Amino acid sequence: MAIPIQYNLRNLKLRKGATVMTALGIALTVTTAIFIMALLAGLNAAFHGSGDAKNVLVLRKGATAELAAGGVDRDALPIMKELPGVERDPHGDPMISGEDLLIVVLPRNDGSGDANVTVRFMTAMGIEMRPEVKLMSGRWFTPGQREIVVSNSIHKRFGQANLGDSMWIGKGSYTVVGIFDAAGSSHDSEIWGDVNQLAADFDRTTYASVLVRATDPLAADALKNRVADDQRLKLNGMLETDYWAKQTNSGAPIKFVGTMVAIIMAIGSCFAAMNTMYAAVAYRSREIATLRVIGFSRPSILTSFVFESVVLSLLGAAVGIILMLPFNGMTTGTNNPTTFSEAVFSLRMTPGVVGSAVIFAVAMGLFGGIAPAWHAAKREILASLRD
Amino acid sequence: MTLTRFVTKNAFRNKRRSLLTLLSIGFSLLLLTVMMTVWHAFYNDEGSAESAQRLIVRHKVSLAQFMPISYRERIRSIPGVKQVVNETWFGGQYKDDKPENFFAQFGTDPNELFEVQKDFHIAPDQLDAWKKDRAGCVADAELAKKFGWKIGDRVNIKGTIFPINLELTLRGTFTAPENTETLYFNNTYLDEGYPHVKGFVGFFGVLADSPQAVPQVAKAIDEQFRNTDRPTKSESEKAFNLDWIAMMGNVKAFILSICAAVVFATLLVSANTMAMSIRERTREVALLKTLGFTRGTVLGLFMSESVCLAAAGGLLGALAASGVVYLMAHSSQGGFLFTNMKTSVPTILLAVVVGAAVGLVSSFVPAYNASRRNIVEGLRHIG
Repeated sequence: MAIPIQYNLRNLKLRKGATVMTALGIALTVTTAIFIMALLAGLNAAFHGSGDAKNVLVLRKGATAELAAGGVDRDALPIMKELPGVERDPHGDPMISGEDLLIVVLPRNDGSGDANVTVRFMTAMGIEMRPEVKLMSGRWFTPGQREIVVSNSIHKRFGQANLGDSMWIGKGSYTVVGIFDAAGSSHDSEIWGDVNQLAADFDRTTYASVLVRATDPLAADALKNRVADDQRLKLNGMLETDYWAKQTNSGAPIKFVGTMVAIIMAIGSCFAAMNTMYAAVAYRSREIATLRVIGFSRPSILTSFVFESVVLSLLGAAVGIILMLPFNGMTTGTNNPTTFSEAVFSLRMTPGVVGSAVIFAVAMGLFGGIAPAWHAAKREILASLRD
Repeated sequence: MTLTRFVTKNAFRNKRRSLLTLLSIGFSLLLLTVMMTVWHAFYNDEGSAESAQRLIVRHKVSLAQFMPISYRERIRSIPGVKQVVNETWFGGQYKDDKPENFFAQFGTDPNELFEVQKDFHIAPDQLDAWKKDRAGCVADAELAKKFGWKIGDRVNIKGTIFPINLELTLRGTFTAPENTETLYFNNTYLDEGYPHVKGFVGFFGVLADSPQAVPQVAKAIDEQFRNTDRPTKSESEKAFNLDWIAMMGNVKAFILSICAAVVFATLLVSANTMAMSIRERTREVALLKTLGFTRGTVLGLFMSESVCLAAAGGLLGALAASGVVYLMAHSSQGGFLFTNMKTSVPTILLAVVVGAAVGLVSSFVPAYNASRRNIVEGLRHIG
């Protein structure tokens, strides 16, 4: 027969001081773990949620990133426009956008210095090819004008990024005419402008990349191979979604340090929980013996104490989750090594993150509780009663 | 029995509890020590004397923007500048794209490199051989050892940023004060293989007359190119490295918040243990007082017990931390950030002091309460 749960809950309440301190210790560990998992979840969402399955990104053969030297020749565009499977817009024009990247240094709003920000120069068609990106205020840039639109995250995080501000990019001053929202994708780390302006400034005869839209995801796959196989082009195509997903590795340092921190803190908390539970068991040794005399079996004593430890850590988890809630959705940035510039993303406490935190806490409680519970269940009744 | 012996005996009388507390505090302070080491390496370490004398000049926008090679002679003519060398990040792949096979490759000028990098040492005949071979390269001796390269071996590097592949011959190895994981090749190779960048380079390494001259030289260089279409950003080598760390995000806040969480967690653990241990001994305290020990002595006894335990935990953690830092420095996961990191003795001492302080603070309330307790009540206590 199982010992009533009420017994454990009342005991936790009775030893308020120890319960609160142990739970708080676990809460701190859980907070740290959630913080790191939320960072990674945000970063993952930014890169894995980027791109459209119908879009094919074309780079020079051998290049792995848009920022590589020597891009796609402008002459290649007419060839690509006529490839089979290229989507056409309502006017019958092939959906293809030659693009180029430039990096600017912008001051951070929080005063922590400057950061590199990616400016994507594109055609008006390029905007249509990314339907997930919505204009929030202002308007899109006008082709032929020195105008740019910035993402909402950039607008919030950096100076010189308000409507009407001017920003020095490359060889000229550009006016911010709009703010867009890219729904958490990589474009949230970008500023957009007209590609022909940039080409004129720098005499560029190439694009860094070309984005082609296929009629459907299957056609996109075929188009990708077709571009790579075309001997006239010497180019390489990849699905836009794959290209961005590969950049998730910019989170590798965070993941490495974060996992290490969480594990070490968890081990420390495990020992603390174990300590509390041992004390709880020692304190109640006569009580436990009495329970045995009444007829509760050893296994039920064991489960009861393990349960108590798990409740303790769940309490900690709850406090930890509550402590982290205000940080949910906070935007931050890290370096994207493929673009030499900042990748903006937000902390995301997804159900998965919260769930893992709870499992993490339960594991701590289990590890911390099993040895003391075993100790409690194993003791001889007579010896305990005589204590 | 002396008071010291009384304290140490009591600190470890419940062996299991002391051990668990020690481990718990130890793990927390391990983390603290690692974080302090990282902080020290990032923000306090001034680098070697040679490093403090060097500057990096790059395009104001980013390393990905190139500058004309003609800047080299203009920089050289600035007062306070001793030597200048051009370098270009090649960023290619060796073997495959696995992170453990990644290392830095720079195109540079063999005639100037070792004039600026005075702390790199290479045998003169190897340097001569490299100067004569435009397809030659030199590598850090540690890097050569890692891949088993011998002089005369071919090293093929696949370009990803540049549309050419390098087919190099190892002409020499150099030793540096710290493992640089770097290979240098002749920039002429890049110029000829990819004429688009001919006459353009990634950045300049500059050797100043003295460390004191560095800020002035940096200002003078930036002033020189301010109104050109390729303005520069010059900073000391240390500041240049810090830029990379700053790009990772708000690292300072990250480290500080972890340290705060850890110290607070340690405080809780230690306070909890002391509260448990003191409660058990209520009757003993009353006895001690009956024997004539004053409140102050009792307070002191308990607090030193806690300090003793927490400081031992700190020492344990700090020692384990130096092991963890060693592993971090030698793991390919963290990238170049942690290479050459070491836990210094002052950091270990600091961890012990933090541990002791935590023990002191956390034991005050329970010890104070115990020392104030009424003797008669204490003797009557059943626990």
